[in-house]
Amino acid sequence: MNAGRASMRRPARLAAHRVRTGPTSRSEGKARVPKAPAGTLYRGREGMWSWVAHRVTGVGIFFFLFAHVLDTALVRVSPEAYNEVIGTYKNPIVGVMEVGLVGAVLFHALNGLRIVLIDFWSEGPRHQRRMLVGVGALWVALMAPFVVRHLSHVFGG
Amino acid sequence: MAMPTTPSVPAPRTPRRLRGRTNTELYAWMFMRVSGVLLVVLIFGHLFVNLMVGDGINALDFAFVAGKWASPFWQIWDLMMLWLAMIHGTNGLRTIINDYAERDQLRFWLKVGLYTATTVTIVLGTLVIFTFDPCPPDAAAELLPSFCPAP
Repeated sequence: MNAGRASMRRPARLAAHRVRTGPTSRSEGKARVPKAPAGTLYRGREGMWSWVAHRVTGVGIFFFLFAHVLDTALVRVSPEAYNEVIGTYKNPIVGVMEVGLVGAVLFHALNGLRIVLIDFWSEGPRHQRRMLVGVGALWVALMAPFVVRHLSHVFGG
Repeated sequence: MAMPTTPSVPAPRTPRRLRGRTNTELYAWMFMRVSGVLLVVLIFGHLFVNLMVGDGINALDFAFVAGKWASPFWQIWDLMMLWLAMIHGTNGLRTIINDYAERDQLRFWLKVGLYTATTVTIVLGTLVIFTFDPCPPDAAAELLPSFCPAP
């Protein structure tokens, strides 16, 4: 990224990041107490939503993992048992669900690496937002060839 | 009137090690990061070989799995993936249970259920990887990998 663009964008970024704690002056006259504190640097912003998405994808992948170990364990029963169960997965509905699963795994992996960089790289916290944009860009760049190849296997027979 | 005095506040003392406390949470936190990085390599290798190479998902059947597990390389690969992913996911769910289950009893029983499911799954998966026979004697030959001896 060139320096000119970065310095041009700085004022806007600082304004967007201004920390607001507690109720704003507009709501002070009202008797109603707000249920939640107003937005902060974290709440309602990229940091919070990437955390939510990390949890949701993590739980989803974990429950899939139980099913995946169980169905693979059928190889120990008999070749017929395994092929029969795997055969029930070979249809367009499961094929599209597999795209969702790989999408969830890919987001969880890339965002996990972002978390590692935030924790261990001294410059990490400063770039956390930009790294989330990188996560999104890499996600699209890696999902595109996978979706094309996988769906052509699923729909092409 | 008494002279205003500066209240004396005892210096904060945090013992280096509180009695009975351990660093378990630190190790769990570190494990998530180390296993996470390893799992990125293991899982994307797994997905690439099973979904992208050759006929992709259409090639998946008993002969495909048997062909892979005939090699110690894929046995160890899948064994590491099984253990690391299960422990990584279990620790993630443990964190989520701690966050949202507020009643002590509920939290306890949810974790008992979680650890039981995890132990059963890891033991089952490990046994399958190591006791697996790629050429079961009573199976139809056309379902087996090509390297199996003819019956």
